[in-house]
Amino acid sequence: MGSSITQQIFQQIVNGLSLGSIYALIALGYTMVYGIVKLINFAHGDIMMVGAYSGWFAITVLHLPFLPALIFAMVSCALLGVIIERIAYKPLRNATRIAALITAIGVSLFLEYGGMLLVTPQVRTYPPVFPETMYSIYGVIFKYGDIVMLVTSVVLMVLLHITVQYTKMGKAMRAVSFDKDAALLMGINTNNIISFTFAIGSALAAAAGVLMGVYFNTIDPLMGIIPGLKAFVAAVLGGIGIIPGAMVGGLMLGLIESIVSGFGASTWRDAVAFLILILVLIVKPSGLFGKNVREKV
Amino acid sequence: MRNWFNRQNIVALLGIVLLYAVVQGLIVFDIMPPFYKLTLIQICIYIILATSLNLINGITGQFSIGHAGFMAVGAYISAIITAIQHGPLLVGLLGGAIVAALAGFLVGLPTLRLKGDYLAIATLGFGEIVRIIFLNTEYVGGAAGFTLPSKITWTWAFALMAISVVLMKNFVGSTHGRACISIRENEIAAESMGVNTTKYKVMAFTMGAFFAGLAGGIYANYFYIIQPMTFNFLLSFNILVMIVLGGLGSMTGGILGAIVMTLASALLAGVPEWRNIITAVLLVLMMIFRPTGILGTKEFSLSFLGKKGDKNAASKN
Repeated sequence: MGSSITQQIFQQIVNGLSLGSIYALIALGYTMVYGIVKLINFAHGDIMMVGAYSGWFAITVLHLPFLPALIFAMVSCALLGVIIERIAYKPLRNATRIAALITAIGVSLFLEYGGMLLVTPQVRTYPPVFPETMYSIYGVIFKYGDIVMLVTSVVLMVLLHITVQYTKMGKAMRAVSFDKDAALLMGINTNNIISFTFAIGSALAAAAGVLMGVYFNTIDPLMGIIPGLKAFVAAVLGGIGIIPGAMVGGLMLGLIESIVSGFGASTWRDAVAFLILILVLIVKPSGLFGKNVREKV
Repeated sequence: MRNWFNRQNIVALLGIVLLYAVVQGLIVFDIMPPFYKLTLIQICIYIILATSLNLINGITGQFSIGHAGFMAVGAYISAIITAIQHGPLLVGLLGGAIVAALAGFLVGLPTLRLKGDYLAIATLGFGEIVRIIFLNTEYVGGAAGFTLPSKITWTWAFALMAISVVLMKNFVGSTHGRACISIRENEIAAESMGVNTTKYKVMAFTMGAFFAGLAGGIYANYFYIIQPMTFNFLLSFNILVMIVLGGLGSMTGGILGAIVMTLASALLAGVPEWRNIITAVLLVLMMIFRPTGILGTKEFSLSFLGKKGDKNAASKN
């Protein structure tokens, strides 16, 4: 009996980590965009939805295997992200925060309902891309899909880390995020850097979308709303604007959710996520990894 | 003593009564098709919602996007009072509004320390939590929702709307309203001038929640059925769009936005798949080309009528 409870707990941890890695991928996009232009990109969850659909298109219509389909989705969403940024957000670079936020919500609605018009609101099933192989270690079941998901997300996060920390582009990104005007004066083309950030964030969201389609088997045009909000919770939990924070926040949120579901309270799962959000905001608004910034008058 | 009966107020009062009487006449003599009546009552509900959100977002400058949560509290509490406990309608409506105000107070006290985006996201979280709580409460029907008799008439909806708007408008014009505006303009400066910013932020938030709850009660007691899905994030967002469209910080602008959006939504009812897309595109275009909304922070007023009345008031002071 005791061992089966331990098994249960470990099983939930495995499930939580796979779900959490998806949240972390979405949260990274949120956090990067927020870090660089101080905008909550509400459309981010919907870009994930577009990614899921383009992955679905690549697999079922173009008959691509998993990895090329993933890359196809990431590239198409990176383009979409840049287009959205250029059309909707760029004219508002110097507008008030509320105007930018409302535009983001407008873009989000446009993607949701435009998507509904384009692909019909009907739910689509993702084709099985992975064998149904399961590995059992001390009674804890690892599905083949779970492992691929974890590996994919970890690889993407490592790539992101290398890009941000060790490339010239990443250095420029960090500079723009630190002080946009100073970066501009140092000869950095801030507009290109911002577009680049949107491209990377959207590509990560697309990867998350494909993984989500594989994980839950079904996709629909409104699938991005709740994961998008939760990924935002994850980003705030880790400290918005901080890249490792988003990873840790995403994994923590996934773990918390699957533990709550494990206790048989799966209908309360979303409420717990938002409750955590509010508690974090009240206790430490800058997040787990955040530093307190004093406001100068 | 202030002269309440200046020309401006009398004209406004006459206008309100006339508007009410014309519509009531059309309803009594059965000239008005039911769809028009439904739209008019919806407009009343949305005017209350938009004005109350404007009090928080536009006047006090605290960015809240959880208004649907307060509306849900008001709707469910009033539905419980009128349909399960068989209480009178007015008690139900006021009960719902008071509980919503209490929720607003309890949520506002801790969260209003947050600023800008963080406050927005905290209120969004609150709205979702409220929805999930009702979704999981079998007493009020869970996900399937809750049916109740429709008791709200045009008279109720219009009277409650008019009273709410007058109350909120007077609040904005009062000392407290001025304090709230000073918080919007510059919180640090307001605080150093001796404005108790926490008190006024919580006051505006509670008051906004009260009227959102009232609107929720009207909604519940008019539409026969309330479901947790109705009070989702999209509804909060719709209300936000109304006040931004009309002009954030302008009470009359919020009313205008509520009317325009509800009418547009009614006109586009035939093409539901396009409705949200058109709204979204309009919104983005407006943010790019006229981010201040139709009226900006200006108010539409009848002051051009009131010069004589104002002089009277001034001479008596």
